[in-house]
Amino acid sequence: MTAGATTAGGPARTGRAGRLNRALDNRNLLGLLFMLPAAALLLVFLTYPLGLGIWLGFTDTRIGRGGHWVGLANYLYLAGDAVARLSVFNTIVYTVVASTFKFALGLWLALLLNEKLPFKSILRAIVLLPFIVPTALSAIAFWWIYDAQFSVISWMLVRLGWIHQYIDFLGDPWLARMSTIIANIWRGVPFVAICLLAGLQTISPSYYEAASLDGASSWQKFRYVTMPLLTPIIAVVMTFSVLFTFTDFQLIYVLTRGGPANATHLMATLSFQRAIPGGALGEGAALAVAMIPFLLAAILFSYFGLQRRAWQQGADS
Amino acid sequence: MAAVTITAVRKRFGGTEVISGVDVAIGDGEFCVLVGPSGCGKSTLLRMIAGLEEITDGEIAIGGVVVNRVPPKQRDIAMVFQNYALYPHMTVRDNMSFALKLAKQPRAEVEGRVARAAEILGLASYLDRYPRQLSGGQRQRVAMGRAIVRDPQVFLFDEPLSNLDAKLRVAMRTEIKELHQRLKTTSIYVTHDQIEAMTMADRIVVMRDGRVEQIGDPLELYDTPANIFVAGFIGSPAMNLVPGTARVNGTRPSVEFEGGLRLPLPHAAQASDGQAVLYGMRPEHCAPSDAAGLPAEVVVVEPTGADTQLFCRFNGRDISSLVRERVSCRPGDRIRLAPDPARVHVFDAATGARLGAREP
Repeated sequence: MTAGATTAGGPARTGRAGRLNRALDNRNLLGLLFMLPAAALLLVFLTYPLGLGIWLGFTDTRIGRGGHWVGLANYLYLAGDAVARLSVFNTIVYTVVASTFKFALGLWLALLLNEKLPFKSILRAIVLLPFIVPTALSAIAFWWIYDAQFSVISWMLVRLGWIHQYIDFLGDPWLARMSTIIANIWRGVPFVAICLLAGLQTISPSYYEAASLDGASSWQKFRYVTMPLLTPIIAVVMTFSVLFTFTDFQLIYVLTRGGPANATHLMATLSFQRAIPGGALGEGAALAVAMIPFLLAAILFSYFGLQRRAWQQGADS
Repeated sequence: MAAVTITAVRKRFGGTEVISGVDVAIGDGEFCVLVGPSGCGKSTLLRMIAGLEEITDGEIAIGGVVVNRVPPKQRDIAMVFQNYALYPHMTVRDNMSFALKLAKQPRAEVEGRVARAAEILGLASYLDRYPRQLSGGQRQRVAMGRAIVRDPQVFLFDEPLSNLDAKLRVAMRTEIKELHQRLKTTSIYVTHDQIEAMTMADRIVVMRDGRVEQIGDPLELYDTPANIFVAGFIGSPAMNLVPGTARVNGTRPSVEFEGGLRLPLPHAAQASDGQAVLYGMRPEHCAPSDAAGLPAEVVVVEPTGADTQLFCRFNGRDISSLVRERVSCRPGDRIRLAPDPARVHVFDAATGARLGAREP
């Protein structure tokens, strides 16, 4: 077929031009050619910075001075560094607690918004608000809410007579951790809620009707119909949510800068702290690279644990 | 098994009334088909029986118990949905046993019933598959299996065959009918296909615009349609309806057509002189003849092997004729179509109602 098509041009076409034409008729070669520009862009703008980061992590580069290969020295140093270890602990607490609440609240909101409610579209828009506001802006708002002297929460509680002294939300290590986590939950719930709502709307109402006739209660419908059918979307949404939370930077940087006494430093903020204000580019890069295994683990867990289900596969097993 | 009684049922969605006063009594063990064009309210009526739609007014009773306020799960009914609504994340076995498990039936009992249903439906080797791995016909069977294992009072079918291809539809039609003859469970079956209605039903309810047009067994509807809607809806190819004027003053009552031709009026048809009527002839009762008849021109000849359908034109109107014998007509031929006088139907042109209750 291919030969027939190329020779149709006439017997005069021979030699190099003919070979080129034949080569261009090859789907694989042509596909490769078409992919090259995109691949080049990816290489320059994605792979290069990532590669540079990883490379820096193996050197003792400081700002203003080129570095030398030092092998795993940065990692060994960080492993023995109490602040770096604290930041890993903080990041894990921050991610686990915030993601759990984001999932629970997001699912609850999604289920509510999926019901027949008056003013449904307005409610949905309101739910999305925290997601739309720039993080830095909402962080400043939270900063005021948590302020040691002007906190509206403290003010209310004092007025109610429940407490007698203003709470220093961002001054105590655990209070500060919880405060930043709450701010993160507030910001992350809309994303989870809207995505899960979209997922809920893909579930055909006839499954619920069939379940009603099968004798299922509301809880049983949720347990046996909603949850299993929503699991693939939950997997995707929560993977994203965990990735965003684990790598969070803005909120912490605006609210606490990692304080008090590094109690809220996440790996991302500490990495920046060490690399740019601290000038130790190599060390900061190493800390950032150290996040990759955690992220990979989260992705693999969701991929193998939640996302792939036999019933989603087509044809015969 | 139970009888289902529908009394003066109405359904409104907002300001739109989709069912306006329907009365149907379905006997115990009967196979009743609700048939009508789309939008006639037949599916809504079925969903009201199932409890998936509120009843705006009137009463529905299953087995003598009014179920207006009874939630679906307590009505003891099983339904086969148009899209089957098989739970995609459950295997065939789990789909079929879901209701029994929810009802906390003992495991052995559940397995026994599922195995029996699978045996009846030929699904035994597919029990561990997911719905996605099944063909359309197999999914359809699983949907029926899910209904059968429940052993409910009433089966409800909502256009269960409309997603299948033509050949499979015919096969499943027979299967469902056979299943009903075997289980003898009261069944209510919704379809827009009059062939399905005719072939499967013990009794047919013809609906249009939220009203019942006629209720009867299949041949009753075929032989004595109550009005022109039923006459045109039941039977394929559809009945020919030709406008004319009743002439009853002479010795032989007749219908006069445009152009002066007269054909005899059936004895039972009570028409007044000069009344505008529609003269209804089924294609199979309207054969080409050498004697008197409607002078028509053959337009298209469609032989199917078993019979031949002739599309003709009379006074600018299409008339079809179905003949068993092979005919030698060719397009353009002028023939005469002689209706069997004992089997014509006469309707009032103004109201569409049948004139005369029964055939002679």
